[in-house]
Order: sequence, then structure tokens, then C-alpha cells
Amino acid sequence: MSQILTGRVDETKTSVRKLESKRRDATRKMLSRIPAWVLIGLILVIVLYPMLWMLLSSFKTNTEFSVEPFWSLPSAFHWENYAVAWNSGMSTYFLNSVIVVFPSLALILVISVAASFALEVMLWRGRNAILLIFLAGIMIPLQMVLLPLFTIYFQAGLIDTRWALIITYTAFGLPLAVFLMAGFFKTVPRAVIEAAVLDGASIYQIFYRVAVPMVANGLLTIALVQFFFLWNELLFALTFISSDSNRTIPTGLLNFTGEHGSVDWGPTFAAVSITVIPTLILYLVLNQKVIKGLTSGAVKG
Amino acid sequence: METMLRDRRAALLLVGPALLIYSLIVLVPVVWSLAYTLFEGNVLSGFQFVGFHNFAVLVSDASFWQALAFTLKYAVVVTLGQVVIGLLLSLMYVFYLGKASGLVRTLIFFPVILPAVAIAQLFSKIFEIAPQYGLVNSLLQAVHANGLIQPWLGQGGSAFWVIVIMDIWTSMGFYAVLLFAGLVEIPGDILEGARIDGASGWRLVRYIVLPLLTPILFSSFIFSINGTLKVFASIVALTNGGPGQETTPLTLYMFNTAFSNGQYGYGSTIATALAIMSLLVTLLIFSSARRDVA
Repeated sequence: MSQILTGRVDETKTSVRKLESKRRDATRKMLSRIPAWVLIGLILVIVLYPMLWMLLSSFKTNTEFSVEPFWSLPSAFHWENYAVAWNSGMSTYFLNSVIVVFPSLALILVISVAASFALEVMLWRGRNAILLIFLAGIMIPLQMVLLPLFTIYFQAGLIDTRWALIITYTAFGLPLAVFLMAGFFKTVPRAVIEAAVLDGASIYQIFYRVAVPMVANGLLTIALVQFFFLWNELLFALTFISSDSNRTIPTGLLNFTGEHGSVDWGPTFAAVSITVIPTLILYLVLNQKVIKGLTSGAVKG
Repeated sequence: METMLRDRRAALLLVGPALLIYSLIVLVPVVWSLAYTLFEGNVLSGFQFVGFHNFAVLVSDASFWQALAFTLKYAVVVTLGQVVIGLLLSLMYVFYLGKASGLVRTLIFFPVILPAVAIAQLFSKIFEIAPQYGLVNSLLQAVHANGLIQPWLGQGGSAFWVIVIMDIWTSMGFYAVLLFAGLVEIPGDILEGARIDGASGWRLVRYIVLPLLTPILFSSFIFSINGTLKVFASIVALTNGGPGQETTPLTLYMFNTAFSNGQYGYGSTIATALAIMSLLVTLLIFSSARRDVA
């Protein structure tokens, strides 16, 4: 009995010793990593501090900017900066962005999911050629279409309307959306489609009852990627929109800072924050999906 | 089974809307734009056929060459910066942070999704000199480096570097994630084997990691240069091409030619030159991709 006990104690001793040496190794490893952690901390400061500075500055008064050092915290949350920014144009720009971006997104999704089903799942001659024509669109510089589009919209009376943006955004969202969507359809097992055919479903039922639900995840990815492109789009918005009441956020923000930027820092920072907040919230909730979606567009594009 | 999926009418109905709007808004205007290069004038004044006159003007236009030089310099510097810093970050994620890198990756990626105009406003404040010092000049003042305080965006030379820093700051997290995805796919036993053979640190990266990463590194370069050749929003919002024309890329020069001067024909000619440049880069992708397969 006692022998067994001592045996056990010995075992415990050795395992404790092992554990200690392991811990020492771990400590040494930790110490050797300190420079790396300092570097990482520095990088994070470089990436995050400007944005924090912007947020803090959006609550400061003009006197605070001129008297206090730049790193000082705001004396109080001066929400009136946001009220000033919101009431001198940002509310209009925000609303216009919503009115333009979401219908464009819906159109891109519906049109591209139908097209890529026909191009990827269905079998007909010429589908590969048409897929290639869509892909070519990813490479075309926007400058190549700017002037003819301006002419078309001018003749059609669409210049300085939100329709011009919705139409253009939809068309230019298609190449990447079709390409990514075709990739998602590729992952749907043929057996599932075959089973649906055997069950007597029509081609349209297969499309919206079987195939579309299976790529729902892909739809969300494409919607996210396109949302960021469209929400931030400047060139078309600058070209097709001239009156202040039709401006979207990017051009509106340019206009706002042109008027207020040099003097009213508080409201300017508030305006920039208003622009950033929707993308920030979306990113907080869905960051892994966003990262995956945006980088998959790059690898394939 | 086969016959149903070969239903041509259904296929046409499904692909039709996409093909229609894409042709009308993308393909037709591209051809139209090529036709514009042979004309002079604009939508208000009407057009006049001038043959290859616009191309002759292009070759002898000092502003075009200046914008082209700026674009190339910007594209090369930013592409190198984005990919090299992205690569260093991705190596750090894999070899130092390991499984804990998720949060850091997410944080460093964040600027990618911000509107370029908002980032530019932020940077114009960071580098401002009047009426108040921005972040950088205040910092220089705080460390008594008063000699370095300067109008960063008011001089062509320093404005170039501010633009470069801004665009690298914005997108380095993007390339870091892209290359990180390539790095984690390198089989662990290859790295382990190389370590046993005595490779470590820089030699491990140089002789084992980089060769295995070549395809994705290459497509990162191509993707980056394709984007940087077409840089527009960030520069318009930060310097609007100034001071003078010193930070004007081809895209902005084309925009000003067409809409400030009303020269659609010449504007299309500049756009065509830009498109040809991008096309050459794209052809480079395909030729290199083929070499990878072979």
C-alpha cells in the first residue's frame, strides 16, 4: 500500500517538474515575443488612432481645436456638431445614398443570380463565351464609358437624377456579381438538381425553389461586397449629379468639407463620422464575411 | 434531365436582362468611346470629325505626359508598398500571432471598407497646417522639430508621399489577408522539414515560403497595379490634383479635360490610353497564369 503511494508521489513529482520546465519554456517564448507584440501594438496604433482621433474630434468645439493640444479629450460630448452636420446637408446625402444604393443592390442580386444560373447550371451553346464577355467587364476602366453614358443620360433627360446612378451601378455591379455567383452555383451538387428534375419540377421551379436557396450565403456575400463599392462610389456620382439635393454621401461630403472644412472642424469631423458609421456597424457585425467576400473578388478578378 | 437544362428559351429569359443592361450601359459605351477619339466637341456644342488629330495632340501634350508619369510613379510605389507591407503583415500573422491573429487581422483590415472620401478628409486634417496644425504638425511641434513643420499638401513632393501613405494605410490590411490565405495553405510538414534541415527566419521565408507563395503574390501585384493605375477618388478628395497639376493622375486629367474643358474627343483619347495600359497589365496576368500551369 505504502509502496504504491510513494510510487504515485514520485509520478506527481516528475509531472510537476515537467510542467515547470514547460512553463519556463513558455515564459521564455513569451519574452522572445515581446518585440513582436510591441511592433503589433505600434501597427494597431497607426491603423486605429487616426480613426479614434476623428471620433473624439467630432465632439470638440472650435476653441478646443485652437487652444488644446491635439491629443486632448473633448471637454464634453458636443453632439451639436452632429446636429450642424446633419442639418446642413448630410441628412439629404445620407437619404440619397440609401435611395440609390439599396435598389441597385436588389437589382444586381436578382439579375445576376438569374444570369449565372443560366450560365453555370444550364447547358447551351455559347454560355462560356457570354460568361467571358461578362468577366471582361471587371477590367474595363470606368473612364471608358463615362462620356458616352453622359451623352445617353443627357439625351434621355436622366442627368442629375438618381436614376442615372441606379442604372449605372446595376450594370457595373453585374460582372463581378455574375462571376462570383457562377462560382457559388458550381458548388451546388448536380445530384440535387437531378433529384428535383425527377420530382417533376420545371426549370423555373428548380431555379427559385432549389438552386437559389442553396446559394443564399453567396447572395449575402455579393450584397456586402457591392454595398461597400456603391456606398463609397465617387466617379459616377460626381459626373452625373450636379444639384446638391441629389448628391450621395461621397460627393456630398466633398461639398460639405468644401464649405465648412477649413473653419468648422467639429462639424466636419462629425460629417465624416456620419459617413463612416454605417460601414462601421456592418463591419462590426459581419467582419469575417466582409473580409472573405472582398478578398475572393480580388483573387478571382 | 438533359433536355430540361437545355431549355434555350428559359436560358435566354434568365440571362436576357443581365445581357441587355450590361450591353447597353457597358459594352456599347466602350465602342462609342473609341469612336469619340476621332471627334472633337461635346454633347452641348455638337461633334466634328477630326480623324487621328486627338492622338497627335496626345503625343505632344506635356500635361498628358506629366499625368502619365505621376500615374506610373504612384502605381509602382503604392503597389510595391501595399504588397510588401501586406506580405510582412501576413508573415507576422502566421509566424508570430498564430491562432490569435484573428482580431488583429480584422482590425487592420478595417480601413479597407471606409469611403475613400472620408479617409481623404481625415488625412487632410492629419497633415493640415492652416488655420490649425493637424496631427502631424502638432506632433512635430510637441517634439520641438519645428523645422520639419510644413504645408504637407501644399507642395507637390510631400503631397505625393501623403497620398502614398494614405493609400497604403488604407489597403495594407487587404493584401495582408489575401497573402495570409495563401500562407496558411502551405502544408505544415514542408515548413517542419525545412526547419529540421536548419532553415529558419529569413532563409525559411526566402527559400521555402516565398517560392510557394509566388502565384498569389503575383496576382496580388497585378490586382494592386490594376487598381492603382485607375486611382481617382482618394486623390480627388485629398489634393484634387494640386498644387497646380503636380498630383494629377490620368483619370483626373481625363475628367477635367472632358468636363471642365468640354473636350469629349480628347477625353476619350486619354481614357483609351489608360485602358490600353490596363489591358497590357491584364495580358501579363494571363501569360503568367499560363506559365504557372505549364
